Amino acid sequence: MSDATTNATQGHLLGRTQVEDLFIVPAFALVAALIIGTVVMLATGVTLSTIGQSYVALLRGSVGSVNAVSETLTAALPLILAGLGLALGFRAGLFNIGAEGQIIMGGLAAVVAGVALGDLPKVFALPGALAAGALVGAFYASIAGWLKAATGAHEVISTIMLNLISYRLLDYLLRTPLIQKEGRADPISKSVPDAAELPKLLTFIDVNLRLHAGIFLTLVMVFVAYWLLFRSKLGFEFRASGENPIAARVAGMNASLTIVLAMAIAGSLAGLAGANQTLGVLDRATPGFSAGIGFDAIAVALLGRSHPIGVLFAGLLFGALEAGGRQMQVDAGVSIDLIGIIQSLVIVFIAAPLLVKAIFPWGFKRSGTP
Amino acid sequence: MTVLLDKARQRQTQVTGFILLALALLLALFLAPGAVGDATFRLSRPNDVWPVPNLIVPGGVFVYVASAFMAFLGVRLFLSGGAKWAPLILGIGLAVAVAAFLVWATAGKSFSLTGMLQASLVRAVPIALGGLAGVLSERVAVVNIGIEGMLLAGAFTGALVGSLAGGLAGLAAAVAVGGVFGFALAALVVTYRMDQIIAGVFINLFVLGVTSYVSSQVFQEYRALNNAPVFRAIEIPILSDLPVIGPVLFSQNIFVYGAFILAGIATYYLFHTRHGLRARAVGEHPRAADTLGINVYRTRYINVTVAGMVAGFGGAWFTLGSVGRFDEGMTGGRGFIGLAAMIFGRWHPVGALLAALVFGFADSLQQKLALLGTPIPSEFLAMAPYIATIVVVAGVVGRARAPAADGKPYVKE
Repeated sequence: MSDATTNATQGHLLGRTQVEDLFIVPAFALVAALIIGTVVMLATGVTLSTIGQSYVALLRGSVGSVNAVSETLTAALPLILAGLGLALGFRAGLFNIGAEGQIIMGGLAAVVAGVALGDLPKVFALPGALAAGALVGAFYASIAGWLKAATGAHEVISTIMLNLISYRLLDYLLRTPLIQKEGRADPISKSVPDAAELPKLLTFIDVNLRLHAGIFLTLVMVFVAYWLLFRSKLGFEFRASGENPIAARVAGMNASLTIVLAMAIAGSLAGLAGANQTLGVLDRATPGFSAGIGFDAIAVALLGRSHPIGVLFAGLLFGALEAGGRQMQVDAGVSIDLIGIIQSLVIVFIAAPLLVKAIFPWGFKRSGTP
Repeated sequence: MTVLLDKARQRQTQVTGFILLALALLLALFLAPGAVGDATFRLSRPNDVWPVPNLIVPGGVFVYVASAFMAFLGVRLFLSGGAKWAPLILGIGLAVAVAAFLVWATAGKSFSLTGMLQASLVRAVPIALGGLAGVLSERVAVVNIGIEGMLLAGAFTGALVGSLAGGLAGLAAAVAVGGVFGFALAALVVTYRMDQIIAGVFINLFVLGVTSYVSSQVFQEYRALNNAPVFRAIEIPILSDLPVIGPVLFSQNIFVYGAFILAGIATYYLFHTRHGLRARAVGEHPRAADTLGINVYRTRYINVTVAGMVAGFGGAWFTLGSVGRFDEGMTGGRGFIGLAAMIFGRWHPVGALLAALVFGFADSLQQKLALLGTPIPSEFLAMAPYIATIVVVAGVVGRARAPAADGKPYVKE
């Protein structure tokens, strides 16, 4: 608060503390995570030259070529979409860990709808498939929301259980005749017909570039989420319930409805992330197609400070780490699981600014006692 | 405020009543017609010292009676609203449902009940120890979402050190590493005042990352590093010869005995010692505890570190207590189920242990049912423990009271 008034009186766009919060802390967090990543590699017997090689590969694989940038964006899209949903939940005081399950259910629903609508023209088939993904994701998430509103069941536990249930449900559904690919015995869905696919955008440069039209969907959703959160009445209610549930209730807001709606919207965004994967990248659903995106998206939402624009940049960073990590595995033979370690360290340093300030005293205002 | 609370409780009771009623209908309509013939439950193994005859239950009759009884309980709950005994009634109702289900699945076949109970106890171990770790840290008001990660760290360390230096060394190392993560959680939330949920999620992701990285980077190449000895069952003389309870209770490995002993010690510590009283005071009202001269920060550090050690011990079960080999993400959500057990067990060590036995039962039930060859797809059976967790958390939370300061950081004035 005092920071905002200081800004207003001095005419700055961003206050000192905000600069620290938005730029210096994340930058140091990334540096610290990379340093510890190096230590982990050294501890597992990776030589120094290989470590150097792997960080070069990380950079090359994420921004080093047109293909690398395309891969970075492709990996970033579902992270941003699901991250937006989680961010909305965090703002409403809901710690939704269930994006993974919502991605699975939404992605699968998009495939099913896509197959069903495959004979229609693209203007119907594609939006229909996307809507199915969003709706089913919203429904799956609102189970946890309803349980919390009706019984007080903590959403952390119920969303994790819903994730575990969704894995089994996916395995089962992929073997049902409606969904399973004809003539296959293993769990794999039918292919998404062309009419329901998100079109590839850069095939005129190189047919292997995977970037698809989901990027437009993602950008639109970033602005929708921003508008919803900061410009709409519903978003105000989300934020009010998140910051002070008792005050929100006294002010006449319906706490139960807010919880269910916040979960449903979060779920619809995660469902879109799933649809984005099945309609844009994978072309089908297979066991484990969610690939941990729902968990990485938690980190993205936290890193982006639960702000849609922040989530956009955090998603791009994590997409770059993902794409670069694959290159790292190919070039230097270092397991891509290292990226998981680096991502978790980024979260801890972001979430504990005091820790970062203790390790890196430079760049912070001296008197800034928290 | 009390009116609001009563209303919420009433609605919750109605929801649980509705669930019971729905289950009763499912049993009567779908299961009962299929339960043809007698269900034979084997209680003794062929070479037991004191054999016991088999338990034989007529299938169809039992399922109809069970569903009628559940419908009665469900209607009672639905109408009474906020009944004092609602959790107990829910528990009884679910137990009857499970029994009916088991009879239906076994109708016309035979099934080793003793074997399933023994497996239940074994499978309850990581959940019980996870729940116990949860009790120890939440009693000092630190929410511990990181138990899953601590279990995984214990499993990994147990396999690695166990392969190099033998089982006991592996167990000690697993406990130590669990303690390190407990200490790390305490440091993050107490000293650095990080959000407790985020800190726990970090520990989960970090441990998952490190263990997956090492197992794909190192274990793939050096398989000898991931081949630990397994602790064998210790037969307690005479007692282990008793029918049914002998094999179930007295012929288990140190992890099962350890879980029971630790639950006992934790109960004594929390409710019968000076330090336990102080710990609970810190969890209920840290400001008052501080005023009385209790060091809030130190108490939290110690309890959360010990909780980590308990979780590390529980984690070692996955490798040293069962297969001797570490696999990526092998804990499969047991830490979170442990948290549900803690809530179900009302933040009491013995309660958490009993709740864990229920989950262990659900877990071994789904495994044995898959062997019996029921028409239910195995994927749905595998969901059973998770659905049970949701039902429990939804049906019991709100009644059970968490420590008052749970999840809140304390800033010394």
